[in-house]
Amino acid sequence: MPYTKRSDGRKMDEIRPMRAEVGVVPNADGSALFATGGTVAIATVYGPKELHPANKRKPDRALIRCEYNMLPFSVTERARPGQSRRSKEIGMVTENALAAVVDLKKFPQSVIDVQVLILQADAGTRCAGINAAAMALAHAGIDMKEMVSSISIGKIDDKIVTDITKEEEDYHEGEGPTDIPFTLTSRGKECTHLQLDGKIQTGRFKESIDAAIVACEKVLDVQMRALKGEIVNEGEEK
Amino acid sequence: MDIPTITKNRIRELLKEGHRLDGRSQFENREIVIETGVSDNAEGSARVRIGKTEVIVGVKMQTQEPYSDHKDEGTLMVGMEINPSAGERYEPGPPKIDAIEIARVVDRGIRESGYIDFKKLCVEEGKTVWSVMIDIYAINDDGNLLDASAIAAVAALKMSKIPIYTEEDGVQHGKHSEENLPLTSEESLMMTFYKIGDKLVFDPTRDEEDSSSARLTLAISQPGKEKIINSMQKGGLDSLSTEHLNEVISEAEKVYDKLFGELSKQVDNLK
Repeated sequence: MPYTKRSDGRKMDEIRPMRAEVGVVPNADGSALFATGGTVAIATVYGPKELHPANKRKPDRALIRCEYNMLPFSVTERARPGQSRRSKEIGMVTENALAAVVDLKKFPQSVIDVQVLILQADAGTRCAGINAAAMALAHAGIDMKEMVSSISIGKIDDKIVTDITKEEEDYHEGEGPTDIPFTLTSRGKECTHLQLDGKIQTGRFKESIDAAIVACEKVLDVQMRALKGEIVNEGEEK
Repeated sequence: MDIPTITKNRIRELLKEGHRLDGRSQFENREIVIETGVSDNAEGSARVRIGKTEVIVGVKMQTQEPYSDHKDEGTLMVGMEINPSAGERYEPGPPKIDAIEIARVVDRGIRESGYIDFKKLCVEEGKTVWSVMIDIYAINDDGNLLDASAIAAVAALKMSKIPIYTEEDGVQHGKHSEENLPLTSEESLMMTFYKIGDKLVFDPTRDEEDSSSARLTLAISQPGKEKIINSMQKGGLDSLSTEHLNEVISEAEKVYDKLFGELSKQVDNLK
């Protein structure tokens, strides 16, 4: 059966109801919550601060150090706590997603510590984590050239869809699922993070970029509203 | 470890005019040499040299219980180590993020294209399946370990024979049947493009890799008329414009057309 209707009734280019708020962890220099549908992430920022050990220091810039943590109860089958190969990789792509927009040259020798906690997972967790982390950096008052926003674009069967769910990730009919998480800068629409898993024709990749540009603009609006102090809640409380 | 700024600047300046230190053009690769038979005890193995970069890969198989959500499918695991033998910059210890990333990106390129026929690796549904373990070792790093690892992994899979297995005695490690590892026609080729200054290059040397600010890896397969992207991974601290993304895809299609057949032929001649 071709994928003509999304399982949760959304339009092909519709993002799940978003929630966003800053200042959710009082101890942190900056913190934020970002949620889309059943995927909920919080992020904290501590720093810039002195980096130890000293041999890891960069003479001309700050280091961003990011840890991604999928909490054991965030998924249906308990995830083992602590860092896995997967979480280390996502931590690294999160660092790269953020580094291009932070004014790292302003804080040589230092480190900015970013923690991402996934409280509840329904696909797109790395994107939600990056969105929360970018907000937390801004909330910490760290100099940023622009903002970044992240969204997972999918190709489910032959349809390009925005913000895919776990159920869509597991759709194996027709051309099957393809997951393409993007992170784009707010002004230049430059790509700071991009991954892909699945099967997409080279000729159709451009459609996923176009969908990401439109969707990231909507995510950005939610991030900016939260940074101005609003508690954004587009849907009912989950 | 880092290379001198003066070298980086020279590489960047030359590239503005479309030149590279070793005389290659922007998207020209170094010579790729594939050999097999690194270890007779492996189910399959391969050595790949790209210029001075060298990687060896071995495939081992054992049986295990299947995952609860894929009861009738074999499993795949890819590991990578970059030992201090590969270059001065590498330190002893467990795999660090650079090796972990390469292993995971190689894994996705092979897995997502459907190259391994996991259903045929089921021995008894719900009870016993084959697990395929690919271990990648960097021997000498002169840039582009990513692509070298993927080419070597695919070559080692192609050479792999399933070990002898009986229900009573289990796996007879070291004894191979005549049966090849079940592979499909959906073989992917992994290619990585690096951004240096505002230009893109393919197959960088170590110095070029150190001069780059971002990279984009993609695995392409062509089971039918159209080319399919099976995996992508952006790396590096810098961003890529949408123009860069589109340029990478169109250049990758050309590199695929040039290299895929040539590399397949090299491996087939070794069988």
